[in-house]
Amino acid sequence: MPASNAIMINREGAATRPRFPLRRSLGSLVRSSEVGLKASHFRRPWLAAGLVAPQLLILLFFFFIPTWKALSLAFVQVDPFGGTMIFVGLDNFTTLFSSPEYRDSAILTLWFTVVQCLATLAIAGLLAFATDNVMRGRAIYKGVILLPYAIAPAISGVLWAFLFNPTVGPLAQMLHELGFAWDPNRRPFDALLLVSVAAIWKHVCYDYIFLVAAFLAVPPSVMEAAAIDGARPVRRFLTVTLPMAAPTIFFLIVMNFVYGLFETFGIIDTVTRGGPAGSTNTLVYKVYQDGFRQLDLGSSAAQSVILMAIAVLFTFLQFRAVERKVNYQV
Amino acid sequence: MVERHIGLSIFCHVVLLIGAAAVCMPLYFAFVAGSLTVGEVQQVPFPLVPGSHFVENTVLAWNEGQFSRLYVNSLVVTVGIVTGKLAVSLIAGFAVTYFRFPFRMTAFWLIFISLMLPVEVRIIPTYEAVADAGGPLRALFDAIGLTGFIADRTGYRLDAALQWNMINSYGGLILPLIASASATFLFRQFFLTVPDELCEAAKLDGAGPLKFFWDVLLPLSRANIAALSIILFLYGWNQYLWPLLFTTEKAMATAMIGLKDLIPVADAQPAWNIAMAASFFVMAPPALVILLMQRWFTKGLVDSSK
Repeated sequence: MPASNAIMINREGAATRPRFPLRRSLGSLVRSSEVGLKASHFRRPWLAAGLVAPQLLILLFFFFIPTWKALSLAFVQVDPFGGTMIFVGLDNFTTLFSSPEYRDSAILTLWFTVVQCLATLAIAGLLAFATDNVMRGRAIYKGVILLPYAIAPAISGVLWAFLFNPTVGPLAQMLHELGFAWDPNRRPFDALLLVSVAAIWKHVCYDYIFLVAAFLAVPPSVMEAAAIDGARPVRRFLTVTLPMAAPTIFFLIVMNFVYGLFETFGIIDTVTRGGPAGSTNTLVYKVYQDGFRQLDLGSSAAQSVILMAIAVLFTFLQFRAVERKVNYQV
Repeated sequence: MVERHIGLSIFCHVVLLIGAAAVCMPLYFAFVAGSLTVGEVQQVPFPLVPGSHFVENTVLAWNEGQFSRLYVNSLVVTVGIVTGKLAVSLIAGFAVTYFRFPFRMTAFWLIFISLMLPVEVRIIPTYEAVADAGGPLRALFDAIGLTGFIADRTGYRLDAALQWNMINSYGGLILPLIASASATFLFRQFFLTVPDELCEAAKLDGAGPLKFFWDVLLPLSRANIAALSIILFLYGWNQYLWPLLFTTEKAMATAMIGLKDLIPVADAQPAWNIAMAASFFVMAPPALVILLMQRWFTKGLVDSSK
């Protein structure tokens, strides 16, 4: 009877709680604790097990086992043809950190994410400020500005790849006429700029939705008080609206980083495929390149592990941000 | 309300008009390109007025890319992701909030941890998991000696029966994308706000847990379900990386991959008109969803980030 077993462990855990804090935390995993349980609830353990089973099975097969494999692959060397694996300890990581390619990719990813994050936020902030201050046509403006949310990163990539295509693209032609030697297929900086523009165009709508909501949530009484004190609209925006929206802005910075790091794969793959000369080869794209194109599974797994660490960090920040946001809006 | 400035108002309209133009500009040029012939699309300067071949190019792109098949694939995969994720996470959220059972917190934490890692960071191992879904079971049965036991007694090769390759299957496209607990977490948060009296009343009336779930909780969650379905629809339709990896046969690809295959590569004839015409019908379903259901979509987006 698993149920009665668990209750025994539960009692044991409760009895030894003061002496062994570790035991207590282990005990709280096993014990059917009251945290997040409705006061009025059911006691049908087998039914409950049946209801969580699908979720846990899917997670087991497509989350826990793959994650475990990535972790274990990071410490071995696999030859691409056979199945032989040799344990190499931290070798994959040391080669990674000493390779200039990886360092370039990391720096490039940082540059791309920071630029993308700040530009998106600034543009969205300006648009949200404008939306907050117009009376007529608000719904239409909103509808149009939200549109890119429906468009996949890959399609955004295709659109911008066409606009700036050096032979047929209309915007590239304009640049050429102005005297710029625009060619994202050869010039690394052009490629990076193009990918950034596509990424920003696709993501401004996301920040915009949240900022419009945050600006709207500023209590009118506070604004009126500031107006009576003689603050003009721009000053009111800078000294009242912005500070009150600060938690949302913090949340959006985190989300923009997550987007720039992990969700721009489609854009990069359709616009530049990581080129030219690795100038748009971001960390996530590199995992794909090394794993599926070069078949260097050990190195690719080590890169995955580093990305996992970054992802966990950002999830943590995201939860902090959400908490602060909720506290602030009371 | 506070005072208004004509100057500010004009400035704001200008800003918004520029913003709206910046959003529409790539779409407009895509439309122009999609309405030209291959020859016209390469001329310098690029024409600013649409040509007359849009329908023709669309039909050509649709047939050339086998979109009749790919569109169905995309629909099946998207609907699979939406319904699968909603179903799995509704009942899991129900179980962790409304039942007292052993290992409840363990289950909750296992689900919660999966929020930490986006799918993009475990590309290769997930690929393996899909290519060989029976692998973990085989390893388990080998370890406990069941494989040898059954082979000895009955001659039935258990390890041969457990070769499930989900590459080029709908399962392979859907299941890994359902394996995240964001929706479960969302429904848990919502269920916690449902008044306790409802459950008490249902119990007094003699309703069991499933009846309570079906007749009380589901109708209450309708708004959340609608909002979340929209977000999941966009998420499923716009998937790119997974279909790219998991489908090697053209017949199992999604519309997004079909579009990617139409982009002219360096040496080929620059048939951008075909690719641009195709991009319109590939982005049409999610765009329609956003335009027609803007209110639900905004709610879903704000909810799912909490």
